[in-house]
Amino acid sequence: MDEDRRKFLKLAGVAALGIGSASLVKTVNGKERRSGKFPQALEGKRWAMVIDLAKCQEHEGCTLCMNACNQVHNIPHFDDPRHEIKWIWKEPFENALPNQEEDFLEQGVSKGPAVVLCNHCERPPCVRVCPTQATFKREDGIVMMDMHRCIGCRYCIVACPYGSRSFNWQDPHLGLGDINPGYPTRMRGVVEKCIFCEERLAKGKLPACVEACPYGALTFGDLDDPGSKVRKLLKSRYAVRRKVELGTRPGVFYLV
Amino acid sequence: MYDSGKVITGLLAFAVLVTLPFWYTAAGGKGGFRPEPKLAPGLEGKKCVESKAFMRASHMDLLNLWRDEVVRQDLRVHFSPDGRAFEKSLTNTCLKCHSNTGEFCDRCHNYVGVQPYCWDCHMEKKLKGAE
Ligand code: HEC
Ligand code: HEC
Ligand code: HEC
Repeated sequence: MDEDRRKFLKLAGVAALGIGSASLVKTVNGKERRSGKFPQALEGKRWAMVIDLAKCQEHEGCTLCMNACNQVHNIPHFDDPRHEIKWIWKEPFENALPNQEEDFLEQGVSKGPAVVLCNHCERPPCVRVCPTQATFKREDGIVMMDMHRCIGCRYCIVACPYGSRSFNWQDPHLGLGDINPGYPTRMRGVVEKCIFCEERLAKGKLPACVEACPYGALTFGDLDDPGSKVRKLLKSRYAVRRKVELGTRPGVFYLV
Repeated sequence: MYDSGKVITGLLAFAVLVTLPFWYTAAGGKGGFRPEPKLAPGLEGKKCVESKAFMRASHMDLLNLWRDEVVRQDLRVHFSPDGRAFEKSLTNTCLKCHSNTGEFCDRCHNYVGVQPYCWDCHMEKKLKGAE
């Protein structure tokens, strides 16, 4: 362990002990074990993302957000579209936001692609159908995936109206180049999707895609906090969400 | 009894054969094979996240607890009884110290015949099947 990390962990220990409320006691074989969070963790009540389509489309063919996500999460690349694994990608506007082409779109964004990812719905149909609770909703609004519980039944893929989930039909290692040792890979037979980088939020970092976009087209924040960046954007600009008529209440907004 | 000589020699030979393993260890003085997990260089004198006895008996339960707490409760820091703090991570914590998984984890696991499937996702290809 290098010196920095050691110092940091010590600090983390002191701080988390101080907070107390964040720590929890569990027993393993009759012995008590204490747990806590990193002191710098970002916490929210309803995480959400706002995507500025015009800003995004100014940079045709840009894939910086997707590259960052793929790299950080060890997402394999397969040419065969049946085997594709996607967490964040681009769709033609009419597929991503059907029937919203003519709604006050002064900026002409309906001609270009839209960046899409898991919507982290307030009422997620995938969670309702999952028989093992492998996918579940966290208190901060993130729809999380527990790879350890996933049995590969793919009900969630059928239930998700946005196509946000991918199934590992084959060993993902076959499609991986450099592996990021900081994040686990997956295996054949599990479903995966965007998790709003909860592993980064826990260490005080913004999602990788948001950090990677140099144009500020992606904004991340707490929808429950009236002073947050996402709320400010939504107050000042016209925004749409994907397939609101289904009542899933997506947490990803598009400024159009 | 017919052929008593042959029968008794046969029985004796049988008894010796069946108890051979005991004679073998008695003669050789080597009592049963035990796996000897080898600590990675530089770890001698250091301490694990919990006591050695606890780790030996319960590391699999601890790992399961870590897994559930991280993924399902977002609790990512482990405190040892003596107050040291560790990030709960199989690859970034356990295997940072126990970098020689082949000579450490696998030695025991091969002996008892467990094959943790964790490696499918939690390790780089390079490290797989080290021994
Ligand atoms: C299908 C792939 C897969 C398998 C198999 C798997 N894990 Fe995981 N595991 C993951 C992923 C992905 C995460 C990261 C979740 C997150 O934080 O976003 C994770 C996280 C963890 C964590 C916490 C974070 C970390 O980096 O270690 C622990 C501890 C853990 N797993 C333990 C285990 C154990 C023990 C096993 C075997 C019994 C196992 N896992 C098998 C995919 C897997
Ligand atoms: C700070 C470095 C460090 C970390 C992190 C660490 N260990 Fe250890 N581990 C050690 C040392 C040193 C020993 C030997 C302890 C002793 O001899 O008192 C040990 C002993 C053990 C043993 C007992 C070996 C035996 O011979 O009985 C097991 C099992 C074990 N560790 C598993 C783990 C697991 C699983 C993790 C992650 C949850 C982990 N260790 C994290 C350093 C570490
Ligand atoms: C002292 C011997 C020993 C060492 C060293 C050891 N293990 Fe184990 N481990 C065992 C035994 C024995 C079991 C099986 C327990 C059982 O089946 O109930 C086991 C089981 C496990 C399991 C659960 C497997 C399953 O299928 O449920 C995991 C995960 C695990 N060990 C991880 C590790 C890791 C990681 C290391 C190295 C850092 C390690 N172990 C080092 C003896 C050891």
